[in-house]
Amino acid sequence: MSMKISTRQVDGVTILDLGGRITLGEGSVQLRDAVRDLLGKGQKKILLNLGDVNYIDSSGIGELVSAYTTARNQGGELKLLNLTRKVHDLLQITKLYTVFDVKDDEASAIAAFAKA
Amino acid sequence: MTGQQASRITYTLDSSLDSVNKVELTAEQMARKAGVDEDEIFRISMAVREAAVNAVLHGNAYDPDKRMTASFENTGADLVIRITDEGKGLDPATLPDPLAPENLLRGSGRGIFLIRSFMDEVHFRQLHPGTELTLIKHLGTAPAGA
Repeated sequence: MSMKISTRQVDGVTILDLGGRITLGEGSVQLRDAVRDLLGKGQKKILLNLGDVNYIDSSGIGELVSAYTTARNQGGELKLLNLTRKVHDLLQITKLYTVFDVKDDEASAIAAFAKA
Repeated sequence: MTGQQASRITYTLDSSLDSVNKVELTAEQMARKAGVDEDEIFRISMAVREAAVNAVLHGNAYDPDKRMTASFENTGADLVIRITDEGKGLDPATLPDPLAPENLLRGSGRGIFLIRSFMDEVHFRQLHPGTELTLIKHLGTAPAGA
């Protein structure tokens, strides 16, 4: 029922590979802590790979928004990669799809981050 | 556990995330048994989860002395799910529109919107104290949305 997070670095971008559920009390707090930890360490180019996220609720959606605004407010960038159809549909319904920078391909997502 | 046609099951649960998960799972099982497709199962179970989160978190505020009640009924024509809490009440008219530009980047406030998006009917009733949400999915209709 919980979320899995693993972290890797590619060309100065930190990729968080997320899997499982991002929901109230489960993945939401883990995601918040992971993003805050990265920003605190000065890693401000963050790519959230949601390819293995099979479920997200309104709390999880809110956490994605908070991660995005927190990164932006600290001079960082946060993009989304590999949305599943369910997550894609939820972002469309909530009009957030155009708020986020959503990518389907990791290489082009990496290239889309501003060069330091 | 899950209902046959025109049967109802009711749970009285404490105000916890375990209760939310139990209610979500029951809704999923009920929808699956009713024969709706996978996309609709997702929508129904998510709407019910959001209603349960609303009851436990916003209604009962995780108060160990307050209960959430969840009832599940398949009438043959509809799936009817009722979620009640013992909180201070919820006036849906006062909820900000999560699609308004000034609210788009808020970190919360999308639960009721998603419930309304995913169910065919949503009714609020004030219990003084508490709120009852009734979620209805008509069976045999085309799936709504994407």
